Amino acid sequence: MIRTLFRSRSRKIYDFHGGIHPPERKDLSNGTAIAAGPLPSQLILPLNMHIGAPAKPLVEPGERVLKGQMIAEPSGAVSAAIHAPTSGTVSAIGPRAIQHPSGMDAICIVIDTDGKDEWIERAGVADYTELSPGELVDTIRHAGIAGMGGAGFPTSIKVNLGDHQRVEELVINAVECEPYITADDRLMRERAAEIIAGIHILQYLLNPRRTLIGIEDNKPDAISAIKRACKGCDIEVRVVPTKYPSGGEKQLIQLLTGKEVKSGQLPAQVGVVCQNVGTAYAIKRAVIDGEPLLSRVTTLTGEGVRQPGNFEVLLGTPIRDLLVHGGVDPDNIGRLVMGGPMMGFTLHNPAVPVVKTTNCIIAATLEELPEPPPEQPCIRCGSCADVCPANLLPQQLYWHAKNDDLEKAQHHNLMDCIECGACAYVCPSHIPLVQYYRYAKAEVRQQAADQVKADKARQRFEARQARIDAEKAEKEARRQARLEANRKKKTETASAPTVDTAALKQASLEASKAYKAAVKAAKAAEADNADNLDALKADVDRLKAIADKAKAAVRDAKEAGPAAAPAEDIVGKLKKQVGDASSAYKTAVKAAKDAEANGDDNAAELRAKADELKAAADKLKAELRDAKANAPATPATAPQVDPVADLKKQVGDVSSAYKAAVKAAKEAEENGADNAAELRSQADELKAKADQLKADLRDAKANAPATPAPAPAAAPADPLADLKKKVGEVSSAYKAAVKAAKEADENGADNAAELCAEADRLKAEADHWKAELREAKASAPAPAAPKTPPAPTDTPKAPETEAPQALTAVDPEVAAKRQKRLKALKTAYNMAHKQYKEAHAALERGERNGDIPAEELNAMQQKVDKLKGKADVARDALDALVEEAKADIRAHTGKDLKTLKLEAARAESALADKQRELEQQRDSASEDTLEALSSELQALEAEAQIARKALKQAVEEQGLQD
Amino acid sequence: MTAVLIAVAALLALAAVFGAVLGFASEKFKVEGDPIVDQIDSLLPQTQCGQCGHPGCRPYAEAIAEGEEHNRCPPGGQDTVDALTDLLGRDELTLDDEGAEDADIPKVAYIREDECIGCTKCIQACPVDAIVGAAKLMHTVIVDECTGCDLCVEPCPVDCIDMVEVQPTLQTWGWNRPAGIGQRPDSRIEVVNL
Ligand code: SF4
Ligand code: SF4
Ligand code: SF4
Ligand code: SF4
Repeated sequence: MIRTLFRSRSRKIYDFHGGIHPPERKDLSNGTAIAAGPLPSQLILPLNMHIGAPAKPLVEPGERVLKGQMIAEPSGAVSAAIHAPTSGTVSAIGPRAIQHPSGMDAICIVIDTDGKDEWIERAGVADYTELSPGELVDTIRHAGIAGMGGAGFPTSIKVNLGDHQRVEELVINAVECEPYITADDRLMRERAAEIIAGIHILQYLLNPRRTLIGIEDNKPDAISAIKRACKGCDIEVRVVPTKYPSGGEKQLIQLLTGKEVKSGQLPAQVGVVCQNVGTAYAIKRAVIDGEPLLSRVTTLTGEGVRQPGNFEVLLGTPIRDLLVHGGVDPDNIGRLVMGGPMMGFTLHNPAVPVVKTTNCIIAATLEELPEPPPEQPCIRCGSCADVCPANLLPQQLYWHAKNDDLEKAQHHNLMDCIECGACAYVCPSHIPLVQYYRYAKAEVRQQAADQVKADKARQRFEARQARIDAEKAEKEARRQARLEANRKKKTETASAPTVDTAALKQASLEASKAYKAAVKAAKAAEADNADNLDALKADVDRLKAIADKAKAAVRDAKEAGPAAAPAEDIVGKLKKQVGDASSAYKTAVKAAKDAEANGDDNAAELRAKADELKAAADKLKAELRDAKANAPATPATAPQVDPVADLKKQVGDVSSAYKAAVKAAKEAEENGADNAAELRSQADELKAKADQLKADLRDAKANAPATPAPAPAAAPADPLADLKKKVGEVSSAYKAAVKAAKEADENGADNAAELCAEADRLKAEADHWKAELREAKASAPAPAAPKTPPAPTDTPKAPETEAPQALTAVDPEVAAKRQKRLKALKTAYNMAHKQYKEAHAALERGERNGDIPAEELNAMQQKVDKLKGKADVARDALDALVEEAKADIRAHTGKDLKTLKLEAARAESALADKQRELEQQRDSASEDTLEALSSELQALEAEAQIARKALKQAVEEQGLQD
Repeated sequence: MTAVLIAVAALLALAAVFGAVLGFASEKFKVEGDPIVDQIDSLLPQTQCGQCGHPGCRPYAEAIAEGEEHNRCPPGGQDTVDALTDLLGRDELTLDDEGAEDADIPKVAYIREDECIGCTKCIQACPVDAIVGAAKLMHTVIVDECTGCDLCVEPCPVDCIDMVEVQPTLQTWGWNRPAGIGQRPDSRIEVVNL
C-alpha cells in the first residue's frame, strides 16, 4: 500500500521556479545522423580538459603513439587521464590556445597524426559484473571519462561514493535544454542500447533505489528510442516539459524527485547522483569495449554552416578543421561560439581544440546572434527575478556587483547563481547580468585567496618576530651574565679610590646634566620673555658652579688616585670640558644673536656672557694644550720600542690640537672677536710644533729599524713582518702628510708647498720600503710560503691540514706568489683608480668654477689621462692574473666555480645530516655505533673542509676580479 | 505591607544573583587583547612592507587604533582605506601612496640565481621568511609566500633581485567587469527570436 502510494507520488513531475523559452533552433542540426568527424593532421590535447588537476604527460616529444594509448595519467584524486585519439607522433608538449574564455594558453600534447588509425590492444569486459566496483571505478578513471554535459567533472569521483552514502536516485540527464544543441538527442536516437548498457553499469556501481532518465518533450524520437531500449528494466523515463534551464543539475533533480539541493550542498548529500547520457555512453565504451574516451559527439550548427549536423569528433581536433569539414564559409560567420548560446562563450581563435566537454560549436551569422545592444539602466521591472531558476534576486545582485559591494552580493547568494543567463535573456535593458555575476564571483574568489595568503603572511611574520625576539632575549641574557661576571671580578680586585672616582664621575655627570637642563629652561624662558628669567639665570649659575666643583673633584680624585688613572684621562676630561664650554659658548652666542635680532634689552648682557664663556672655553683649551704637551712626557720611561709610537701619538695629538686651534681661530674671525689674531698665531705655533714632532718621528723611525734587529734571532721570519710594518707606517705617514698638505692648501697656509714636498719625500720613502719588502719576500725562505695562502676561516682541525694541501699541493709556492701578486696588483689598481678619480674630480671642479687658467687646466687634463692610463694598465694586469689563476684552479681541481659551489653545498649538507644523526643517537646507541658515527663525521668534516676551502679559494679569486 | 517587603526582598535577591552571574561571566569570558586592533589588522593586506612607516602590518594596526590616519597602506589600495573607514567610522580619506601609482599591483620577488653570491642579506630583510638559501649558496624566493613587499631588493649587494608582476594564470583569471551603461557588453551573446 505504502509502496503503491510512493510509486504514484513519484511518477509526478515537479516544477522549479522561473525558466524561459528561448528559440530552440534544434531542427537545424537534428535531422541528419551522426557523421564521422575529420581526421586532422594535428591533434591538440590540453592537459586540462576536465575540472581538477592537469594530467601528467607520459610521453616525450618524438614518441610514436597508438590510438587509445594513455599519453597522460591522472595526477591527484580529482583528475582524468588522456589518450591518443589516433595513431601518430607526439610533436610537442607546450603551450597552445585552449578552450577557455580568457583566450590564454595552457600546456597541451600535440600529436601529428599518421592517418593509419592504428589501435593499441584493447581489453573489454563483456560481463562487467565480474569486476568489483573498485576495479570498475579504476577502469573509468583510467579511461579518462569526465562529465560530457559541459562541466567536465571527473566521473570516477562521482561514482565512487563512500559505503555509508546511500544513493536514492540515479538521475540521467538527457534534457539538453540549451538552444541549438542536439548531440544527446542524436546519440539517444542512434545508440540507445549502448546508453542503457552504460546506465546499467552505473546502477551496478551505485546501487540506487530508482533510476530516472529525464528527457525534454521536444525530442519525441529520442524518447521513443530510449523507452524501447529500456523496456523490461528498472529504468524510468520521465518526459519533462521544454523549459530552459531544466537541464541544470539542481533543476533536473528538483523536476524529477522534488528534492531541493540547498545552497552549498552537493546532490549526493540529498542522495542523488546525476550523470549525463553522453557520460553513460562513454562508460559503456570504456568498460565493455575497452575503448577509452577518444572522441565525442559534437553538434556543429548555426546559419553559417552549410551542412549542420552532429559529428563524432576526435578529441583535440582544432575547431578550424571541424569548420572546414562541415563546410563553413568563414566570411559568413558573425560569431563563433563554443557551447550553447546561453552558457557558452565566444571563441576568438579557431585553433582551439575540441575537448571532452565540447558539446556544440555554433558558427552563427550576425543576424542570428547579433552584436549585443548597449547596456541601459535597470528599470527595476523584476522580470529577471521572475525567471531565475535559482530563486535569486538578479537585480539586487547586479547592483551590488556593479558597485563592487561583494559582501552584500554574497548575502544575496551570488555564489548560487548557475550563470544560466535566463535573467539576461529577459532583461529589457539588455544588461549583461551574467557577466556582472561572473566578474563578482571571480572577485570573491580572488579575495578569498588573498585572505588565505594574508593569513599565512601574518602567521609567518609573527613567527619570525617571535624568533627574533627570542634570539634577542637570549643575547641580552648572555650579555647580562657576562656583565655580572665582570662586575664581580672588578669589585673583587678594585681598590676603594677607583670606586670613588666612578661615584664622583657619576655625580659630576649628573651635575652637568642638571646644569644643561637649567640652561635650556632659561633659554625657553627667554624666548617667552617670562618673568622668572632672572631667577632661572641665577639657578643656571648656581648649577654651573656645582658642576664645575664636581668636575674639579673628579680631576682631583684622578690626580690623587693610583697610577692606574692614566694621564690621558686628564686630557680626555679636559677635552670634554672644552667641548662643553665651547658648546655653551655657542648657545650663548646664538641666544645673544636672537636677542639682538629681536631687539631685546638683554642682548648686550647676553653678549657679555657669551664672551665670558668664550674666555672660559679658551682657557680650558689652553689647559688642554698644556696637558697634552705634558702628557707625553710621562710615558717616556716606557720600554725602548715605544718612542716611535709615542711620537706618533704626539704628532696626532698636536695636529688635532692644531686643527682645533685653526677652527677656533676661524670661528673667532667669523665672529669678529678680538682674539682672532692671537688664536691664529697660537695655531701657527702648534703647527710648527706638529711639524717638528713629525720630523722627530721620521728620525725616530729611521733609527728604529736598528733596535728590533736583535729580535730576529728568536723569530727568523720577522724581518718580513718588520718591513711590512715599516711600509705601513711610512705610507700612513705619507697619507697623513698628503692630508695635511691638502688642508694647508685649503686654508691657504704658507707652508702648503713645504708640506707637499714633505709628502713627496715620504712617498719616495714608502716606495723604497715597499721595494725592499718585495725583495725580502722574494728571497724569503721557502718555509714561509705555505703560510701565505689565505688561511681557512674556520677552526684548523687535524684532518684539514692535510686536506688543503692535497688540493693545492700542485704548486703551493706558485699559488702563494700569485696570491701575493694579485693582492699587490689589486692595491695598485685601487690606488691608481682613486688617484685618477680624485684628479678627475679636481679637473671638473676647476672647469666648473672657471677660475683656473687654461694651461693649468691642460696640465691637469694630462695628469688625469696619465693616471687613467696607469689605472687601466693595472687593471689589465690584474685581469690577466685573475684569469690565469682561475685557469690554474680549473686545471688543478678539474672543476669550475659552479661545481665547486655545488660540491661545497653537498658536503656541508651531508655533514649537517651526520651531525644530526649523531646528536639523535647520542643517548640511545651503543658505544661502537657512536664511535663509528663520529669517525664518519670526522671524515665528512674533512671533506666539507676541502670543499669549503676549494670554494673559498675560487671565490676569492673571483672576488678579486670585481 | 509584608507583601511589599517580600516583593522588594525577592527583587533584591534576584538582582544579587544576576549581578553575581554577570560578574562571573565577564571575568570568565573576558576578551583577551584589543579586538579593534585585531579587526584592523585583519583588514590590512599583511604585506609587511613597512611603507606605512611601521615595521609591519600589526604595528600599523595598533597605531591606527591609537588615532593615526588609516590611509597609509599603499599595497592595500583605496579598498582597504574604505574598509577601514567603514570599520572605524572615521572621515573618508584618499589613499596616501606618495605618488607610487603601481603600489597595489601584486608583485613577487625574483632572484636571478646565476648572479646571487649567497650573502644572505635578503633573508634577513624578508619579513615573512619567503627566501631560502645558505651562506655562499644560491638563494631563491618561495613565490607562494612572497608578499611582494620589496624589502629584499635594496639590501642585495649585486642587485640580482627583481620585482615582477604576478601574471594571471588559468586558475586566477577572472572575467572583466562589463563596460557599463551605454556600452556594448563585449562578451555577451545575444539570443534573439528570429
Ligand atoms: S544567471 Fe544566475 S541570477 Fe540569472 S537567472 Fe540564472 S541563476 Fe538566476
Ligand atoms: S530584468 Fe533587467 S531591468 Fe528588469 S529588474 Fe532585472 S535587471 Fe533590472
Ligand atoms: S621575498 Fe622580498 S618581496 Fe617577497 S616578501 Fe620577502 S622581502 Fe618581501
Ligand atoms: S642579497 Fe642578493 S646576493 Fe645576497 S643572497 Fe640575497 S639574492 Fe643573493
